[in-house]
Amino acid sequence: MKVSTMAERFAAGEPPEILFWVGCAGSFDDRAKKITKAFVQILNKAEVSFAVLGTEESCTGDPAKRAGNEFLFQMQAMTNIEVMNGYDIKKVVTACPHCFNTIKNEYPGLGGNYEVLHHTQFLKQLVEEGKISLEGGKFKGKRITYHDPCYLGRANQVYEAPRELIRKLDAELVEMKSCKQRGLCCGAGGAQMFKEPERGDKDVNIERTEQALETQPEIIAAACPFCNTMMTDGVKNKEKEGSIAVMDIAELIASVDDL
Amino acid sequence: MEYLPNILFLLLLLAGIGYFSRNVIRLRRNIRLGRDVDVSDNPALRWKNMAKIALGQTKMVVRPIAGAMHIIVYVGFIVINIEVLEIIIDGVFGTHRIFAPLGTVYDALIAIFEVLAILVIFAVVIFWLRRNAIRLKRFLKPEMKGWPKTDANLILYIEVVLMVLFLTMNGADYQLQQLNAEHYTQAGAFPISQYLAPLFEGMSIANLILVERTAWWLHITGILAFLNYLYFSKHLHILLAFPNTYFGSLNPKGQFENLESVTREVQLMMDPSADPYATPTEGQEDTEPEKFGASDVMDLSWVQLLSAYTCTECGRCTDECPANQTGKKLSPRKIMMDTRDRLEAVGKNIDANKGIFVPDDKQLLNDYITPEELWACTTCNACVQACPVSIDPLSIIMDMRQYLVMEMSAAPTDLNNMMGNLENNGAPWPFNQMDRLNWAEEQ
Repeated sequence: MKVSTMAERFAAGEPPEILFWVGCAGSFDDRAKKITKAFVQILNKAEVSFAVLGTEESCTGDPAKRAGNEFLFQMQAMTNIEVMNGYDIKKVVTACPHCFNTIKNEYPGLGGNYEVLHHTQFLKQLVEEGKISLEGGKFKGKRITYHDPCYLGRANQVYEAPRELIRKLDAELVEMKSCKQRGLCCGAGGAQMFKEPERGDKDVNIERTEQALETQPEIIAAACPFCNTMMTDGVKNKEKEGSIAVMDIAELIASVDDL
Repeated sequence: MEYLPNILFLLLLLAGIGYFSRNVIRLRRNIRLGRDVDVSDNPALRWKNMAKIALGQTKMVVRPIAGAMHIIVYVGFIVINIEVLEIIIDGVFGTHRIFAPLGTVYDALIAIFEVLAILVIFAVVIFWLRRNAIRLKRFLKPEMKGWPKTDANLILYIEVVLMVLFLTMNGADYQLQQLNAEHYTQAGAFPISQYLAPLFEGMSIANLILVERTAWWLHITGILAFLNYLYFSKHLHILLAFPNTYFGSLNPKGQFENLESVTREVQLMMDPSADPYATPTEGQEDTEPEKFGASDVMDLSWVQLLSAYTCTECGRCTDECPANQTGKKLSPRKIMMDTRDRLEAVGKNIDANKGIFVPDDKQLLNDYITPEELWACTTCNACVQACPVSIDPLSIIMDMRQYLVMEMSAAPTDLNNMMGNLENNGAPWPFNQMDRLNWAEEQ
């Protein structure tokens, strides 16, 4: 797969326009790596000038900050900012709403000022500029429900970009009973992804999956690698993995063109 | 003796306002126990938020039934207060319906008050049914047992009583006007209280005056008592919703504050030219290192403390909370109620000890809010979004997590593992940073 690093592009004297921030899940998690690859395929197809940091990238510090470890967060943040400022980065695109939120909102106060886009916002731009096409009818009439990631939706008011992309796929977008501003969390945020839940009646991802299943979808669309994991687990728990797919918006788009 | 009622009224008014002022001063002092924060930025947007959210009730109507009923009570409360102004003037100067010369305007005003009064009674009955007959889940959570439940119902009863007294006063007045009683000028339109006529049938003028005067006195006494009840009740929101929406955060909800004290230390740590063995700067040897996070109310900001007094325990936050919905102990409403209860305890401690807080072996953490509650939060911001008066329970949860982790090293083991990985490998999982780009080579 054609991916160059910032170091390579700088050595060649061809700095790219965009940094694709892959994130830890996108780099290491088997499921999330598929999202990363789908997004890179789209970027290559649309001939976007981009690079990744590769081994120079490190966790944004989001899970540490949400767990209460401000020290660890700021150490991560300042290290990353030093690297990004070293490459004079102007624009960052990421497929992870947590990285998106942290770099966009919490890095400026520590000296990291960039234009930050979530991949759904960037994909929407590519479609509007005619650089990628969503035609082909592969998803025509399919029932797709979209789960709002908290750190994209409520945290940053991005509700429409992913929905517009789904509509442009000619799919039938069906909303869950709690969506957009009132969307229910998948249960992974605030560093919950990395710990066992507290004692209760139910796991949050099961509750959310039940809401998704109520819409009788063929596909549950997600826009966050952690939501994706939680919803995938939920669907498995309900033994519906044979009939319902959990897919990232980037994967939906990449599969239109069989990239 | 002629001026006895005037004097009595003046004394009542002064007592009511005086005691209320005393409590406002105490309230202000308690709120200022919090850390200072700078909220002087962007006043234009802040005024706009206050106008939209508090005055305009925009977030109340997210839930249409409760929202509509609340608007009725809210408008009723504000508009009927014009009548209170007349009552006060009448009471002080011994006049009767001093605004009567306004003529048709006065008729319209009284008519509007009466219609609102009956609507308020209707709305309050619905509210009571929601709490006590329909028994909505969010009103029955564990934190609502005891005083919070009594408090909520008491407010509803007081509101009904005040409205009934208002209508009785008008009804009797209207009868007296019909009978051309001395002192009772023909004024006002009584679209609602005229139907109370059968109640007054056959009553002598003296008895009617007795009814009218009793209702009048009880009404104003009730209003003054209610004013003074606020401080002891969740009902403070009718005043504090305004400052709270003004001072509410203007940042995107996902943006959590970066701790400046940490920034200074991290910068020092990352500065290759810094000398770790350097002696402290002259005059700073004895300064205590800053405390990270919050274990008690004094560690929170004054805006957070203002929010604790503003909370009216509606429970929309808790209703939307994913942790609470799935049976975990966390309830964002309880976080706010606990903060207020603790702040009140601290305030009483200060009152009892001549203005100085004497440590009482208690704190907000553990004695009020347990780590189990704090760790159940997914930081999803549903509670912040749901609050109709811009309260941010999440910020308190985060401040307390910071204390647990940075001061007590008391994170759950799983999280310690995650943070260990993050520190060593730059990822929350135990993968080597050098493998970060391997995905590009995989099929």
